[in-house]
Formats: sequence, C-alpha cells, structure tokens
Amino acid sequence: MSVIAVIINGELRQFDHPITLVTLLEQMQLNGKRIALERNGEIVPRGQFDQQLLENGDRLEIVVAVGGG
Amino acid sequence: MNQDNLLIAGKTYRSRLLIGTGKYRDFSETRAAVEASGAEIITIAIRRSNIGQNPNEPNLLDILPPSRYTLLPNTAGCYSANDAVRTLRLARELLNGHSLVKLEVLGDPQSLYPNVVETIAAAKILVAEGFQVMVYTSDDPIVAKQLEDVGCVAIMPLASLIGSGMGILNPWNLQLIMERVQVPVIVDAGVGTASDAAIAMELGCHGVLMNTAIAAAQQPVWMASAMKAAVEAGRLAYLAGRMPKKLYSASPSSPVSGLIS
Repeated sequence: MSVIAVIINGELRQFDHPITLVTLLEQMQLNGKRIALERNGEIVPRGQFDQQLLENGDRLEIVVAVGGG
Repeated sequence: MNQDNLLIAGKTYRSRLLIGTGKYRDFSETRAAVEASGAEIITIAIRRSNIGQNPNEPNLLDILPPSRYTLLPNTAGCYSANDAVRTLRLARELLNGHSLVKLEVLGDPQSLYPNVVETIAAAKILVAEGFQVMVYTSDDPIVAKQLEDVGCVAIMPLASLIGSGMGILNPWNLQLIMERVQVPVIVDAGVGTASDAAIAMELGCHGVLMNTAIAAAQQPVWMASAMKAAVEAGRLAYLAGRMPKKLYSASPSSPVSGLIS
C-alpha cells in the first residue's frame, strides 16, 4: 500500500493506510467539535464524514469560528 | 419608539448596533462587551483549526450561542471573490445552514480598503446560492446601488478605514448612498468613539457595525455601553428631526418682553 499524502490546512500529512474523514477528525481530536470541512474546494456535509475516504493528493480545509469584526 | 426596529432580510432587530468579536483579551471580555452593547447581530471570522493545538480550548460558538445571537460570519482577510465565497460556504456548513453573512473583499493589507470589483463578483455568486449578503464596501454611491441591484440585503459603507477610529470622514457620501438604496445602510468601519456612532445615526444610517472602537478602548465594556447609548441617542435624534442650523439666532429662548428696566 502506497503512502497517502494530503494537505490539511496547508500542511502535508501522510497516512500509511486509507482512513475516513471521521477517523482523521478523531486523530486530530476534532470529532464532534464545531468545525466545517472543505475537500478539494467542495464542502463535505457532516453526515458524509464517515463515508468519505481520504485519497492521495486531497487538499482539506478544516475551519472553526473565531473572533472577528 | 418601541416599533422602531431594524429590518434586515425580513427579520427584525431591536438593536441598531452590530459588533465584532475580534481583538478582545479573552472570551470573558468578549462576552461582557457583547452583553453591554445590547447587540443582537455579532460578527465572527472563519479560520483554519489549529492542527494539534489545544483541542479542548473553548470555542467562540459556546460563548456566543447561535440560539441567542444572530451570528454574522465575515470574510475578513479575503482578497478575492473566490476565497470569500469558499469561506462563506464553510461558514454556512459550520452554522447549520445559516445564510445571513457579511461579505468583504479587501484590496490591500495596508488600507484594508475594499476591492469593489471582486466584492460585486462575489455578491452575485452568493446571492445565486441563496445567501443573504450584508456587504462591506467603499462609500461610493454608484457601487452601493450596484450591490443592491445584485441582491445584497444591506449596504455597509466604511466611514473611514477599518480599525482607524477616524470617524465619519464623508457624511455627504453616506447621504448619497442612503438616497439611492432601499435596503438598510449600516456604517461599517471607522467609528472611534461614541460621538462618531451618534453622528452616523443622526445622518439617518440604519445601524452601525464596529469592533475595534470597543475592543481597543481602555475599558471595552464601558465603551460597549457608551456605543449602545450613542446609537440609541443618534437614532432618536434622527427621528426627532434636528433644528435648522443658523449662523445667528433671531429667536431667543427666553421671552423678549417683561424685562426689568
């Protein structure tokens, strides 16, 4: 199995086996948190996190609400 | 006066003061300032979650629950229509389908002046996707009208540069905008102290949005109270209708007859 390399919030991350978005969020301790996720420019609805597998070359943006004007 | 509500995209608000949540010392100060301001519409920003850092730190959405406030996600920091649209799509997902948003597309990092070409392009896309767009823009009345024509639900011209605290630099342009658009006109950016907010409201603006004027005050919570009072006073003065300005007064306030001699 080749390495799966993805860019998450601008940083390169590598995984040695396919994982779902739910597993990824669990590893990042973000599961159940108030986040939104974009994959390759498209929003991934929360309900699909357990169905979508990370693929080599994916670009993810994971965002939260912060203070702003 | 009880019926004098601010109407945006079909929803009424009692407060005409909208405030941001940036630059506060901590969430406790943010919450105290929001409370003191009486604001119902509160802007927030959307940013990357910090990878691997403090996953258990409190979240802004726990401090300001969407059930209690109308949260207005912004696109601060976006310099292209594409980035602004992506940011607000993420915001809508984050806030469970919430569609009222603040669009701002900036032109350069020194002035934070809006790029109106990119702003109009983004507004068209967002309106087509069902967003209700409150839009930060320059104080150009022609651009303001174009933004209304593409479907924005509030026009939010700067009064001076973001974070400058320079006050209402061009009241005439604000009036030109108000004469041309039907949707609410909300001064967004430039207010420095309470009198600035009162002036904006006396001009007939429908509301004022501010962040730094409160957050960067020596006592932010006091300033939040001051801004609440100023917006209410300015609004009431506008509705009351001020007396005309006269270089000389030909009518003293006291009777001219019955003077002792």
